[in-house]
Amino acid sequence: MSNTVQEKTTLAAQPLAEPLPVHLRINGEDHRLQLRPWVSLLDALREYIGYTGTKKGCDHGQCGACTVLVDGVRINACMTLAVMRDGQEITTIEGLANGDKLHPLQAAFVEHDAFQCGYCTPGQICSAVGLIKEGRAKTRDDIRELMSGNICRCGAYTNIVDAIESVTGGTI
Amino acid sequence: MSSTNYVGKPVSRVDGYAKVTGQARYAVEHHVPNLLYGFIVNSAIAKGSVTTLDTSEALKVPGVVQVFTHKNTPSLAWFDRSYKDQDSVPGSPFRPLHSEKIRFSMQPIALVVAETFELARYASTLLKIEYKEESSSTNLSESLPQAHEAPKGKEGYMPPKSRGHAKKAFSAAPVKIQAEYIHGAEHHNPMEMHGSMAIYEKGGKLLVYDKTQGVANTQEYVKKVFGLSKDDVRVLSPYVGGAFGSGLRPQYQLFMAVLAALELKQSVKVSLTRQQMFSFGHRPKSLQRLALSAASDGTLQSIEHTCYSETSRFEDYTEVVVNWSGLLYQCANVELDYQLVKLDVYTPIDMRAPGAVTGIYALECAMDELAVALNIDPLDLRLRNYAPEDQNEKKPFSSKELRACYLQGAEKFGWNKRNKEPRSMREGNQLVGWGMASASWDAQQQKCAAKALLTPDGKLTVSSGTADIGTGTYTIMTQIAAETLGLPIEQVEFKLGDSSLPEAPLEGGSWTAVSVGSAVKATCEEVGQKLLKLAKKKKDSPLANAGAEDVVFENGYIILKKDPAAAVSILDIIRDEREDIEVESAAMPGMIDKLKYSFHSHSAVFAEVKVDEDLGTIHVTRVVSAIAGGRVLNPKTARSQILGAVVWGISMALQEDSVIDHNFGRFMNHNYAEYHVPVNADIQNIEVIFVEEEDDIINPLGAKGLGEIGIVGVAGAIANAVYHATGKRIRKLPIQLDNVLSEP
Ligand code: FES
Ligand code: FES
Repeated sequence: MSNTVQEKTTLAAQPLAEPLPVHLRINGEDHRLQLRPWVSLLDALREYIGYTGTKKGCDHGQCGACTVLVDGVRINACMTLAVMRDGQEITTIEGLANGDKLHPLQAAFVEHDAFQCGYCTPGQICSAVGLIKEGRAKTRDDIRELMSGNICRCGAYTNIVDAIESVTGGTI
Repeated sequence: MSSTNYVGKPVSRVDGYAKVTGQARYAVEHHVPNLLYGFIVNSAIAKGSVTTLDTSEALKVPGVVQVFTHKNTPSLAWFDRSYKDQDSVPGSPFRPLHSEKIRFSMQPIALVVAETFELARYASTLLKIEYKEESSSTNLSESLPQAHEAPKGKEGYMPPKSRGHAKKAFSAAPVKIQAEYIHGAEHHNPMEMHGSMAIYEKGGKLLVYDKTQGVANTQEYVKKVFGLSKDDVRVLSPYVGGAFGSGLRPQYQLFMAVLAALELKQSVKVSLTRQQMFSFGHRPKSLQRLALSAASDGTLQSIEHTCYSETSRFEDYTEVVVNWSGLLYQCANVELDYQLVKLDVYTPIDMRAPGAVTGIYALECAMDELAVALNIDPLDLRLRNYAPEDQNEKKPFSSKELRACYLQGAEKFGWNKRNKEPRSMREGNQLVGWGMASASWDAQQQKCAAKALLTPDGKLTVSSGTADIGTGTYTIMTQIAAETLGLPIEQVEFKLGDSSLPEAPLEGGSWTAVSVGSAVKATCEEVGQKLLKLAKKKKDSPLANAGAEDVVFENGYIILKKDPAAAVSILDIIRDEREDIEVESAAMPGMIDKLKYSFHSHSAVFAEVKVDEDLGTIHVTRVVSAIAGGRVLNPKTARSQILGAVVWGISMALQEDSVIDHNFGRFMNHNYAEYHVPVNADIQNIEVIFVEEEDDIINPLGAKGLGEIGIVGVAGAIANAVYHATGKRIRKLPIQLDNVLSEP
């Protein structure tokens, strides 16, 4: 048995949207770029500016590896276009430490061995910063639940909770 | 105790700072001028051929540079052997963009190269593709009649050996069980998707960043396939965002990036999408039949274990599945059989503890069923059939502390409070179940080389072309090097993931810590000998008459054992010398011991599940994993290895499943939303015990490697706990709520 399958009807190349001026404020620094509107915030960071600390694990809002803070709120950078964040305050993993002094969460992640390959780690840490700011996590179970938007394929979950708890002192 | 005795200490990861600050750069995170982006297009059908592949619309998009397909790919290496790699299996390796033939769903059929990622991705939607589809067969259970004997030929694969008369013993035995177990295909899905950057350098040389578990393997593959010389290709892979086996063979994005860079004479980056992470090797689906029999006191009379595993049409992927049933328990009559079934899928590839997680899951569930039939406690049954030696190989173990794992694990878990009756331990509407399983894994060592450089400023740089996929290689090697030469750890740096470094084996199989560790130790010891020689030559040296056996290297000094006051500072020696000390050396497994002994790690896993009686939801509330893995080199990273492996076991037991639609021969849940892996809320209490296990036969470090042993018994223990909670014996993985609600 055989039959012919046509995957795509003939699509024609469309004229591309022109690049737009975008002003991204990242870790306190201004970046003025010309970006086509289809560039995600994640790709703007990684490919256009060079902040590769923010990771791409799915590009579909399913893993949390791309978590950054926008005006203090944790979001998935793959699920937002760069042009939508014009002028907003963006914090990435590169912006958490104070010079050589690690952010308490960064230090706690090292101390509690809260990662293995480290690829989910920037997203986990940014997410934890956002979590603490939200003030909703009262218990260990709350932390587990509210950190569940960040997959860790290496399975460092229990150490991630330990690390966060060590910073919050058990209660937030 | 000396401060430079680092081995066995919970040293924090030396690469931790880079990883928590975002400075660690993974494969596709390097910036070079004039970089092009490749986006791969995959086949919509599982079998047949591409009849039309029209790229004209895509090429009209400004910024699109080229589209590579089977029609314009230059002729490359001709013979199969050029496409073979260090983890190849018997057969003919897949060649990307080689012909119009489609052999599996999502086969890569085109690479669109453009100035930006977005342009390449957009242009990929403009290809006009037509196929002639043939009917595909991807259904393992329906294809069993076509099964064939698994061939030899893959590194590490051992055909199973039977012994005694299992069938006869089975029919004579008073207590027996027979059962069939299935688990689905799984995809590794490391967090970092596979990606490669081929950086085109002056004179046509390539610098390749690849996500790989072996830079030498990548280099060799690129060299052979594209007809380059070794000097033309350097491969780097300093950070790997997880792999779990998926980086053991060169994946097709590497081919694509190199092809485009060489053709376009420009640097090219190609990353797979999460969807495309389901388009290459996976843990094969398998169907297993077990028959066990015992005397009424529980003594095993026979074990029969048959496994049918899927493989591709073009290669025979093999793993050690059934052999474990001849190893784990004392039994005179064992019949083992391992068969492969060719299907229209990509060739499976090793995935964390390949074979053992499959075979031991089924064996341990069958043992649980036998314990029920005998009305014996499942832990008792295992203790009664404890194997003091390896009956497969008829050799003693170099060490085996499985009994201590059973006892310490049971104690910690509180196993003696278990009520044998299923459905007897409820908490409200939660049915509580306790299950256990045993596990084993090989403890191997491979040949490995390393280099050490001690400079006059007292800095020691040790290197080997191995990988750290999250396993802690950077840290452990730094500890070993620092301790061997008695230097403060801050003065020591370990480098890896570079094909210009001394060659290391593929990072896998739990042999990295001991293989690379032994090489690092041997190399640093040679540096030590050179230092001692120099120390002896010093004027009025207190070590003038000392031999290698008479001294220790500690706290920055070479110290006379008999008289610790007689010591020479290492920094002084090297400073006075004013020249680097450089040594390259290698370590090999002890061949004679290899013939005499059997080398294995072991574990006992105890799991508690809670099953909601009304909703069928299953939660693993507690796991105790007791490990006998030789000497623990770093309890902090070792514990993390086991924690992660337990998460993998929970995932295998309850969540992970690559679901194929046989009408299309396609994995349908090919993304992170539908391919479930545990999230933080799914993981509750995990306790890890390392039992004391001394082994001075296995290798100079006394270690066994811990990457795999932690996952092996977990799915079995959970499946047995689900039975204990519900009284329902679910003989397939993953076990999901509809199974506990509906099956008898
Ligand atoms: S990359 Fe954004 S959620 Fe996965
Ligand atoms: S540390 Fe590897 S995915 Fe989390």
